[in-house]
Amino acid sequence: MNKILLKRTLAPQVGLIEIDAPDISKKALAGQFVVLRIHDHGERIPLTIADADPSKGTITIVFQKIGASTRLLDTLEQGDCILDLLGPLGKPAHIENAGTVVCIGGGVGIAEIYPVAKAYKKAGNRVISVLGARNKDLIIFADEIAKVSDECHITTDDGSLGQKGLVSDVLKDIMGREKVSLVSAVGPTIMMKVISDITKPYNIKTYVSLNPIMLDATGMCGVCRVTIAGKVKFACVDGPEFDGHEVDFAELMSRQKLFLDEEKKAVEVHCSDENPNCRCKK
Amino acid sequence: MRNKPRLRDPNERGKDFNEVSMGYSPEQAKEEASRCIQCKNPQCVKGCPVNIDIPAFIKQIVGGDPRAALSKIKEKNNLPAVCGRVCPQEDQCEKMCILGKKGEPIAIGYLERFASDHGNVPAPTTANNAGSVPIVGTIHELSLQNNLDKTRIAVVGAGPAGLTCAADLARAGYSVTLFESLHGPGGVLSYGIPEFRLPKKIVHDEVEYIKSLGVDIRYNTIIGGTFTIKELFAQGYKAVFLGSGAGLPKFMNIPGENLGGVYSANEFLTRVNLLKAYLFPEYMTPVRIGRKVAVIGGGNVAMDSARSALRLGAEKVTIVYRRSKDEMPARIEEADNALEEGIEFRILTSPVKILGDAKGRVTSMECIKMELGEKDSSGRRSFIPLKGSEYILETDTVIMAIGQSPNPLIGNSCSELKREKWGGVIADPETGQTSIPGVFAGGDIVTGAATVISAMGAGKKAAEAIDRYIKGL
Repeated sequence: MNKILLKRTLAPQVGLIEIDAPDISKKALAGQFVVLRIHDHGERIPLTIADADPSKGTITIVFQKIGASTRLLDTLEQGDCILDLLGPLGKPAHIENAGTVVCIGGGVGIAEIYPVAKAYKKAGNRVISVLGARNKDLIIFADEIAKVSDECHITTDDGSLGQKGLVSDVLKDIMGREKVSLVSAVGPTIMMKVISDITKPYNIKTYVSLNPIMLDATGMCGVCRVTIAGKVKFACVDGPEFDGHEVDFAELMSRQKLFLDEEKKAVEVHCSDENPNCRCKK
Repeated sequence: MRNKPRLRDPNERGKDFNEVSMGYSPEQAKEEASRCIQCKNPQCVKGCPVNIDIPAFIKQIVGGDPRAALSKIKEKNNLPAVCGRVCPQEDQCEKMCILGKKGEPIAIGYLERFASDHGNVPAPTTANNAGSVPIVGTIHELSLQNNLDKTRIAVVGAGPAGLTCAADLARAGYSVTLFESLHGPGGVLSYGIPEFRLPKKIVHDEVEYIKSLGVDIRYNTIIGGTFTIKELFAQGYKAVFLGSGAGLPKFMNIPGENLGGVYSANEFLTRVNLLKAYLFPEYMTPVRIGRKVAVIGGGNVAMDSARSALRLGAEKVTIVYRRSKDEMPARIEEADNALEEGIEFRILTSPVKILGDAKGRVTSMECIKMELGEKDSSGRRSFIPLKGSEYILETDTVIMAIGQSPNPLIGNSCSELKREKWGGVIADPETGQTSIPGVFAGGDIVTGAATVISAMGAGKKAAEAIDRYIKGL
């Protein structure tokens, strides 16, 4: 069950795994996610489904090694099995034929915008993709996304690939030259906030995929609660995608930091150089 | 005189998660059981949602045979070690006990616990029973093999309702698959009720027993996500039982509820019980417990949260409840245990707003005092806020234990399934029949948050109804 059929390193801190998960692959739609657990002391962590192939019965997950759990995930190799894998969870991304859709992915969010861009293309839209990261090593999935886009722009903070600057600069350029019907963005919370702020005055519908802390991810615990248009919603069952103009981003960013100290502690204990039991790759 | 169970010292037990009650000794159990007058028309049985033959099992304890007592209980109840610990017997069987009219009722709950703790032993081999199949436990693989040509039934949710329904259907000869969204069994028995009140080893053993009846449990499978109800029928299941519980936590909708340090009881207890955050960082899920913890609510979940917070090292734990102690829905026993452990009850008090610092973390809570009014529709006295009585309670952690609504995932994926406005699945109280033929429901998903035993009762009734439905009766 849940065997890793393929593993690749996409960038220094970014890994890709293709998992044998026939039931999930048949149901997964763009924007949905899974929750997984690696060992019986492990956390339940939510990860977006970057791709699903029902004919092969596989799903693809892209993850960034940030915390202890994602580092441990990276210690699994081809042939290993994921202990627990639940999904697909969350509501699928809103897809419609709107006209011109700008799909924006930042950092590891690039992998997550891929199925969304693909779905918008399939729905008959003109798809303009904008991918951004700190440097060229962190630009992932560019070929795949280019294939499903009419235009694909790349930005890096240091200018090592594509345009030097931020995805928001490119969005402004695009909005300056043509009519944008809809924007969909996945990436760091601050990026999604900036993009929502840019499109709001122009009343361009903007969807963002939120990534608050989750536990069960089935609506049971409420830790993922976010304020949307003044109302409390659970990102795991009501989202994770919401109208960016209605999201209380300040609250979300504050809630994402709730366990920062503990996350550092877990890395120290489970992934330190001194720890002889550490199973992370150095 | 009713025998009191042995409890661990409050000062000692408040520091760890080991079980608080040690139950009866064999001598105590025998003495307590001997008080039963073996009524010809036993009222206690009528008070039991699963109709255990209570006098019969008590008689076996008098006779010094807890194994026979356990077998008697298991004729009706698949989770006796759980029920002996968490059932509100004082409102059910013991409330009906004839001895309670003039004195104290038989401690049926403690005796049930005694039978399950001491009765799970192999049968002594005698000339009469040599070679006979033991009643407690069979071979899992054998049963699974036999299942191949049986009618298949899908049960959703491995909590009290689902486990009971699955076990009864398996015993009635069906091939039962039990779908569970979490990575382990038990539902609220695992994520909700803490170790010190219900050791997880007990839940594990009871689930092993249910598996031994031939029930196949599939974890990490969410109905409404991985499969829909329609797909279950397409896969060959002839009937479906929904027992997915009341998972969705309620909040008060007061300012400050999304500050850091405010947990739903579900989140707090799931971190601690299911994911063992009290063993962080060895277990990787953290929980942050402040110095001063306020728990909002007066039910068993509030008591469990408060007592867990204490064990995690909080200096001061306060239960904030809007009515008086008499109106608290928690079992008296659990409220008394909490008080004994040093938890403060701030009754006739309700939060108005939660205040935080620049980092978005809780610093205090504004409360208002209440007074009691006339009885309301719930049969309890209502509460009226006292204007101008607002005051600040210092706290850095707030746990909301004010109830749960049914989990909406299944209903959202199946528009034919009729639900109440508040989210509960509409089902016949006697059979569990829902608006869809072949689909039955029971437990908290129908009633909203209630008790373990009422969910088990509903699972039992539904199993009988499913049997009749399949047989076309």
